[in-house]
Amino acid sequence: MERRTFLKVSAAAGGTLLVPVFGNAIAAEELLNPLSVQFKKTLADAALNAATKAGASYCDVRIGRYLNQFITTRDTNVENIVNTESSGVGVRVVANGAYGFVATNVMTADAVAEAARQAVAIARANARLQSEPVQLAPVKGVGEVAWATPFTKDWRTVPVKDKAEMLIAANKAALGTGATFMTSMLFQVNQQKYFASTDGSYIDQDIHRLWSPFTATAVDKASGKFRTRDGLSSPAGMGYEFFDAQPRHKVRAAGGVTTLYHGAYDIVEDARAAGRQAREKLTAKSVEPGKYDLVLSPEHLFLTIHESVGHATELDRVLGYEANYAGTSFATLDKWQSKKFKYGSDIVNFVADRTTPGSLGAVGYDDEGVPGKRWDIIKDGVLVNYQATRDQAHIIGEKASHGCSFADSWSSVQFQRMPNVSLAAGTKKLTPDELVKDVKKGIYILGRGSYSIDQQRYNFQFGGQLFYEIKDGKVTQQLGDVAYHANTQEFWNACTAMCDERDWRMGGSFFDGKGQPSQISAVSHGSSTTRFNGINVINTARKIA
Amino acid sequence: MKKLNQEDTKRITDKVLSLSKADECTVTINGGRTGNIRYARNAVSTAGLVENTSLSVSVAFGKKQGTATVNEFDDKSLEKAVRRAEDLARLAPENPEFMPTPAGVAFKPSATFSEKTDAIDPEYRAQVAAYSIEACRKNKLVAAGFFTDESAFQTIANSRGVFGHQQRTSVDFTCTVRTEDGRGSGWVRRDASDVSRFDARAASDIAIEKALRSVEAKALEPGRYTVILEPAATSDLMAYMFNSFEARSADEGRSFLAKKGGGNRLGDKLFDEQVNVWADPWHPDVPVLPWDSQTMLPREKMDLIKGGKIAALNYSPFWAKKQGARAVGQPGNIVMAGGSKSTAELIANTKKGVLVTRTWYIRMVDPQSVLLTGLTRDGTFYIENGKIKHPIKNFRFNESPVTMLNNIDELGRPEILAGDESDFQLLIPAMRVRDFNFTSLSDAV
Repeated sequence: MERRTFLKVSAAAGGTLLVPVFGNAIAAEELLNPLSVQFKKTLADAALNAATKAGASYCDVRIGRYLNQFITTRDTNVENIVNTESSGVGVRVVANGAYGFVATNVMTADAVAEAARQAVAIARANARLQSEPVQLAPVKGVGEVAWATPFTKDWRTVPVKDKAEMLIAANKAALGTGATFMTSMLFQVNQQKYFASTDGSYIDQDIHRLWSPFTATAVDKASGKFRTRDGLSSPAGMGYEFFDAQPRHKVRAAGGVTTLYHGAYDIVEDARAAGRQAREKLTAKSVEPGKYDLVLSPEHLFLTIHESVGHATELDRVLGYEANYAGTSFATLDKWQSKKFKYGSDIVNFVADRTTPGSLGAVGYDDEGVPGKRWDIIKDGVLVNYQATRDQAHIIGEKASHGCSFADSWSSVQFQRMPNVSLAAGTKKLTPDELVKDVKKGIYILGRGSYSIDQQRYNFQFGGQLFYEIKDGKVTQQLGDVAYHANTQEFWNACTAMCDERDWRMGGSFFDGKGQPSQISAVSHGSSTTRFNGINVINTARKIA
Repeated sequence: MKKLNQEDTKRITDKVLSLSKADECTVTINGGRTGNIRYARNAVSTAGLVENTSLSVSVAFGKKQGTATVNEFDDKSLEKAVRRAEDLARLAPENPEFMPTPAGVAFKPSATFSEKTDAIDPEYRAQVAAYSIEACRKNKLVAAGFFTDESAFQTIANSRGVFGHQQRTSVDFTCTVRTEDGRGSGWVRRDASDVSRFDARAASDIAIEKALRSVEAKALEPGRYTVILEPAATSDLMAYMFNSFEARSADEGRSFLAKKGGGNRLGDKLFDEQVNVWADPWHPDVPVLPWDSQTMLPREKMDLIKGGKIAALNYSPFWAKKQGARAVGQPGNIVMAGGSKSTAELIANTKKGVLVTRTWYIRMVDPQSVLLTGLTRDGTFYIENGKIKHPIKNFRFNESPVTMLNNIDELGRPEILAGDESDFQLLIPAMRVRDFNFTSLSDAV
């Protein structure tokens, strides 16, 4: 679920000055000087030793330095450029069979040792209400290791001026083709994360992510109507080379209605199309409600996957740990135990994966020191597994964690978060144009739009950015006022075809929210263009006073 | 570090302002502590305490602006923050819409601080959790909840003579109670600045009662129904709408408050005349800081909707100057007039209808009409002849708060709420509303 932080970002994209708070602002030249590994190891050892001495049976320490830069623009103005930094240490322990956690931004050996002792005291206090002791799946210590997001161009070294000019160029492109207003943003993230535990691991990771959302708005003052078209970019776990799109990175949408992107992004080209398409939306034919075959493009389908499969198969939800906030799940343990719960049709295969290059969820190790891995969630349509952390693995009979533990800050406690969960490509050769050929009455949907799902992940409603009518095998005119309604199990069982791996690409979210206090995380979901037969489409047009 | 008082922060802000060589300098200090306890499956899952104080410096050379923040307060660190902000400002492109912060404003304090809330300790938090957990165990129910308390302060100052310092406290409690077989679920939310107005046991009992009453839910056909929306069921719908009360987007034609042909709908009657909404930083139930920290402008008591008419729109300093309007601090709270009846009394006056405890996962479908979609959750009941007849399955709705506020039958007693996905403090009534649009059924409990 994308939560409040995203709303704030959306508000900023909508033209206000509200910006998300990532951390403390710093001067650009200091971004490139990480804390020394030896310093971090010394701090970590202070905490591990203090915790053990105070009676902890387990302790982990996360030393984080989170660097971000975001740029917001509106039309031809740069509204804000902010560099942020947040550094500190989080200490988690198990004592008397219960967890305790304390974080401090005072990065001295004494301060982290004191934090460790406080964490032990909290664990002991929590133990009195504990119904069963924490049971951690074993993790073999890996010693001193390092992992970094592969990239060729470091966003921290690209001049701010160049980035601002790129966004302004995109804004001008959209304004030149029909947009009345244009906002664009650039998020750049660098997480320097050091993890150490009493298992004998000292893991140093350097993680990079990028996202450049925009919104083109077309207004018809005479009719009082306005429509928007958001960018079709997918946030990526890579360097600034993301913006060096070559012809090989461009994908022709079915019917040639627009250009889509894979592996790199041309924001100016997409903005140019957005200005024109936002203007076209003002006069698009309002959809006739009813059943349609939907052809869903990957940069749209990712959000449906995220909500209806990604969150539904989180084991903490299944067990009830999110019952008070993000909810539980219909994908209960008995369904998994039956080994025949048909989550989707036979061609539906979902894989959880921490290793996909370029994805937002790619890391070497999770925040419990578990190496990134890949495993099946749904196989041939059947629910076969969940997403688990060390303290959950035993519940589903696994001997090792899936590596799904993350925290959004050094000051947040780590808990179960979603890996990349992706729909496998079709095994038969099929292009988007060939997929559309079989559709008599359908709608082709591209881009992320409105999204909402119930607290057990059954009933959902999704919109999109672009909707095209498919008539007798051909993509025709733009449609307006489209949203589709479905039940998760019925929807995935209505999946009838998908394009092959040539069309497989990822969408993703920077602001997936969960937990109390709420935390965000970034995650990608891949798929190829996929067809679902007989889905209920509603018309969302309304008149107000 | 120790919590800074007004004297401490005045000394720090004076020092920072004296260090800056820029045309303008503004300083904000935020500090305090947040405690929390989270529980699920009738056991505590996490408990934490975060203490932090940070200082943010923004400077401007002409229309070029930069910001830096630190959380160290020695003289060297203060100077470092100022120099960093100045470096960033020199690198930044000129923003033609840059506006200076105000001069010569004074702030009338609001009662945002409670000693009792400030004194909350881990034992208190554990006891809150224990009330729910023990009562649920006794009733063969399963509790999941979250209690968080905050004691904080904010100081603002600028090189034009503005200074403000105020402490604030808050507590927020939510609890979901489910039956062991997962067929029933109830929920409660309580918010307050002063913890003495919070009763954890009474709140937990409401969630327990709703959970017990919500099993054996029957399916009702989707359609338009008279609904009684408890305050928590409308809080986010209202917040979504008030987030669109921006003059600039209305004037530019990209908001539901844009007028056909140009201009905005300030003064137009868009809602039932029973609808009266205002902001008031000094309201005793939902006090907020008397300034808007983004602009450093004082907040005012102001009508937002009066007798169903749009009474005010938010003007940023830039847009106010351009349009010849007056900019004031953006509201931090929303107060809606209600009646004196309890939700039970509203139910007693209802022949046929649906009672909604809360709404969930609300998203904008169409900003042109503020069409929102979302679902009911944790206690949806069918009412017949003034009584709750039986629980019903949850619905998805597609409805606009503008339409909802046009279809009001009766208003109940207002309740204090923090928005789930907004920053507003809210005081809003339960509402009985005609023709609320439920579009599909959900099997989720």
